[in-house]
Amino acid sequence: MFVLGAGGHGFNGGDIAFQLLMFLLLMFLLRKYAFGPLMGVMKQREEHIANEIEQAEKHHQEAKKLAEEQRELMKKSRQEAQALIEEARKLGEEQKEQIIQAARAEAERLKEVAKQEIAQEKEQAMAALRQQVASLSVLIASKVIEKELSEQDQAKLISEYIQEVGER
Amino acid sequence: MHHEAPLYELFGLTFNLSNVMMITVTSAIVFVIALLATRNLSMKPTGMQNFLEWVMDFVKGIIKSNMDWQTGGRFQVLGVTLIMYIFVANMLGLPFAVVINDELWWKSPTADPVITLTLATMVVGLSHYYGIKMKGLKGYAEGFVSPMPFLFPLKIIEEFANTLTLGLRLYGNIFAGEILLGLLAGSLATGFAGTVVAIIPTIVWQAFSIFVGAIQAFIFTMLTMVYMSHKVSHDH
Repeated sequence: MFVLGAGGHGFNGGDIAFQLLMFLLLMFLLRKYAFGPLMGVMKQREEHIANEIEQAEKHHQEAKKLAEEQRELMKKSRQEAQALIEEARKLGEEQKEQIIQAARAEAERLKEVAKQEIAQEKEQAMAALRQQVASLSVLIASKVIEKELSEQDQAKLISEYIQEVGER
Repeated sequence: MHHEAPLYELFGLTFNLSNVMMITVTSAIVFVIALLATRNLSMKPTGMQNFLEWVMDFVKGIIKSNMDWQTGGRFQVLGVTLIMYIFVANMLGLPFAVVINDELWWKSPTADPVITLTLATMVVGLSHYYGIKMKGLKGYAEGFVSPMPFLFPLKIIEEFANTLTLGLRLYGNIFAGEILLGLLAGSLATGFAGTVVAIIPTIVWQAFSIFVGAIQAFIFTMLTMVYMSHKVSHDH
């Protein structure tokens, strides 16, 4: 050692002891006042970051799930709406059919009633006419061919006449 | 270019007062830097805290390149202290040297082999201590006869060679730098012309010395971790 340029007489034990002591003291002080707290903060940050990443991943997963659910829901509601519209249309069609049917039936019925009434009226008219024609023709005949006909001939004539009217 | 050292005798031990002073100054500077950097610790680091965290991560990288973090984590404080202490020590001798009555007072403490060899011996001693502590006496002893028993003498020599090279490499680099700086400043810069001529090489050499000082601090820490891992790792 002495050859190497440090120079000196005797054993440099003091330097050795001092250097060793100072270095260990320095290391101890640094650990206690500087590096210890710093390492604590670094570790804390590491944990914090890891935590945040985990949290973010979880949130991302949740959001994904929610979106999937939403999409599913949307699809479902769209299908439901489609079904509702379809049903309504079918119902409307049915109702339309029913209304038409009812209207047709009503019309048929009215027609029937009218026909019957007409027939009845015709019958009545016929009866009234028959009576009136009879008396009228008697009146006319008696006026036109007074005395030329007997009562019997007259009746026969009238009946023939009426027959003719009925046939017509 | 050779100055006397201010020696002082106490309890039968010789103290080089220049070394004592420079060791104290270096330790104080390192401590103040570290203390200032960690005054306002926060989760979002700023300024000095960033710098110190970078140093810590840098040392963490050195350790991780030698052993797994599980075993190496406990050496981080040692590594950071070493690298900061040696770097500051290397830098201290660069701007000037103070000589009083032909006694050299201000210099890099690492320009003295006693200092560097003390550090090296401490590191190797620590590696032995942790070797025994973590692998047990048996595992530690097996390290000397593996992979082949006849390597035992070489292993013993290796321990001393490691210590010597670790200390002397640092000392040699820094001492050489200071010698050349001293030559440039003291011998060449005599008179006006000499001073002008000396300016450029002095600047260049100081820049190079900064580089060397940083590199040596890194190498010392790196080799510390290499020797540590040889002693404490199982798969070597």
